Amino acid sequence: MSEISGASALLSALEREKVEYIFGLPGGANLPIYDALVDSKIRHILVRHEQSAAHMADGYARIKRKAGVCFATSGPGATNLVTGIATAYADSAPIVAVTGQVALPMIGKDAFQEIDIIGITNPCTKYAFQPRHASEIPEMVKKSFYIAESGRPGPVLIDIPKDIQQQVTKIDFPEYIKVRGYNPAVDPDLSEINKACEMLLKAEKPVIMAGGGVILSGAFSELQALAELLTIPVVTTFKGKGAFPENHHLALGPIGMHGHAEANRMILEADCIMAIGARFSDRTVGRFDEFGKDINVIHFDIDPAEIGKNKAVNAAVIGDVKSSLRTLIKMIPKTFKSDEEVSKQWLNRKKELVSYYEDTLKDYSREITAKKALKKLREILPADGIVTTEVGQCQMWASLHFDVITPGTFFSSTGLGTMGFGFPASIGAKAARNNVPVVDIAGDGSFNMTENSLAVSVLEDLPVIVFILNNYMLGMVAQWQRTFYNRRYSGVHQKNTPDYCKIAEAYGAQGIRVQSMEELEKAIKTAVNSNIATVIDIPIDPNEDVYPFVAPGTGLKDMVVGA
Amino acid sequence: MIFMYNKPIFTNNSNTALYILSVIVENKPGVLFRITNLFRSRNFNIESITVGITEKPDLSRMTITTKSDVKTLEQLVKQLRKTIDVIQVNVLDKENAVYRELALIKMNARDPTTRIEIANFASIYRGNIMDISNETITVELIGTPDKIDAFKNLVSSYGIIQVARTGVSALARGAINDEL
Ligand SMILES: Cc1ncc(C[n+]2csc(CCOP(=O)(O)OP(=O)(O)O)c2C)c(N)n1
Ligand SMILES: [Mg+2]
Repeated sequence: MSEISGASALLSALEREKVEYIFGLPGGANLPIYDALVDSKIRHILVRHEQSAAHMADGYARIKRKAGVCFATSGPGATNLVTGIATAYADSAPIVAVTGQVALPMIGKDAFQEIDIIGITNPCTKYAFQPRHASEIPEMVKKSFYIAESGRPGPVLIDIPKDIQQQVTKIDFPEYIKVRGYNPAVDPDLSEINKACEMLLKAEKPVIMAGGGVILSGAFSELQALAELLTIPVVTTFKGKGAFPENHHLALGPIGMHGHAEANRMILEADCIMAIGARFSDRTVGRFDEFGKDINVIHFDIDPAEIGKNKAVNAAVIGDVKSSLRTLIKMIPKTFKSDEEVSKQWLNRKKELVSYYEDTLKDYSREITAKKALKKLREILPADGIVTTEVGQCQMWASLHFDVITPGTFFSSTGLGTMGFGFPASIGAKAARNNVPVVDIAGDGSFNMTENSLAVSVLEDLPVIVFILNNYMLGMVAQWQRTFYNRRYSGVHQKNTPDYCKIAEAYGAQGIRVQSMEELEKAIKTAVNSNIATVIDIPIDPNEDVYPFVAPGTGLKDMVVGA
Repeated sequence: MIFMYNKPIFTNNSNTALYILSVIVENKPGVLFRITNLFRSRNFNIESITVGITEKPDLSRMTITTKSDVKTLEQLVKQLRKTIDVIQVNVLDKENAVYRELALIKMNARDPTTRIEIANFASIYRGNIMDISNETITVELIGTPDKIDAFKNLVSSYGIIQVARTGVSALARGAINDEL
């Protein structure tokens, strides 16, 4: 066996993990890695800011359902990654971040560009490694992918001192690894599945609440089979949006702070709630003490620590939700037939709510509104097109008015709510699946934060569509200031700057500003059919609020549907 | 008492109580940091924590005492189990565990009769005099935290100058095997 450097070992180990893309940016402390990259088959995508590298790896991971990889140098390169790592952590997205570190003998000396990145990212990484010898690298890489992708996925950091990157030594590549103390595959408890099954069969007004876990485990067909078999209406969490086709007759869309009104209502009237891969977050359930009170709540999740964390439940099934759902479906007696009268009543209630709120929540008259724009986008975008979002009103409107048809084609920064996530993440998604159009439903403010990724989209031939719902306003903050601070606006005006078409053009992308629905339709068609990054600038009313709204600290029953 | 993943064991008691956790972890750098950081970021209240190597050189045992209610305890155990370097977590039942703490207590003792009194108390508590000077006396005490508290109360009138306590170390009794 010949001797190789730690840096070459890193790249070989990544190749063995079938890594296609590395999103990153070099610096002093990872020069040896970048040198080894020259000889590697893996495609490197040079970002303009490391935060975007982490978001791209995240977007790639969410579509590919495989860890995305990002590189940064020590010090400021590493700290720039932190927001991206935290975003991935909050949404259980698997990424492997590789940072350069100052040489081992310099660690602890406050050396130039030395920062304790393992310490900084401790609360937002699933695990972190720092090799002390180059020979440890292959095993650490293999473990990183295993930890990042298995169980409840999440980010893993490998912090490699520069001298270890340079160290030339005999290096083995292990075929198998074992992480003692890490047991992500728990076999579900059959008696709990049975309990859940009985609760569902006897429920008259059941609702399924599908969370991000359904998407992470790819349990789309299982979810649909269960819902159809027992005629159960399906709401989702925001993270679970698109776990279930939103044009299905049982679909109600997301619940929560800006959930669909009929979904928020329906879950309040349920006599049994089955949460699948969801964590009962405050944004989703409103008040923990009111949600699902006095009724049977069933919880399927892969993470034992989620059981009972926010909500005490009556049946808890721990394990991969795809296989748990399969077991549950098998348990339903072949002879079982739901009482048609009962389920008809429940489905009628759904229809009643949908049409009631359709009338209550009429879009108001303006040539272009967010709602109209998003409905138009849905009309034109192919069903398997991928959509991600930025953060703010734009995100909530996307949740409300853009129906996901093909499961697993929508994602957003739902946990951390990171402005600037959507655009680089959409580029990552495009890298993962380049045969479908990818759209970032953006706010003007959010797009500002990572718009320099236009360079990446253009130069790396990863064209995406940025769909800016432009109110030249940090709109969601403005809405809160209108609602809770007596219209005292503070720090929310973007003052007609910048000109997004010129920004696009400056990077070699195409920019289209639209003034009418007709122009919008044309612009979307142009964007979908062209293979160049396109920014569509869509002016909307800066004073429009997102409704429905469940104010923080209140319950879903306190939902406000309009001003 | 051993927590199962699927079943919450404590259902009866919702008030706070002192619990002893015996935690087997990888004996390598950074583990203690990860665990203490977990306590801080999740707002768990820790009374004491001790760490030492086990019979296997690559494993350490942490003994953690925490005052919490059952629900918080359950979360603490689950979060610890989720931590990758944590191999095993057991909640020890007082009845089925031996647990001890060591304390060094330095007191004012200028007056010879005081020194004799303290020495007497110490021997009643099976403590040892570790240091004695014209001004102070230092007693070493091994026992349950209650016993150490009781001794502290007893001698508080003499003026306690310094206290160093190790925190509780504990093992399950008899053949209860909490090891892998
Ligand atoms: C990095 C970051 N900073 C601040 C916030 C707080 N915040 C939430 S929404 C929002 C406004 C977003 O503005 P824009 O992207 O234009 O979307 P809009 O609400 O106008 O649709 C802000 C500042 C955030 N979520 N993320
Ligand atoms: Mg805006």
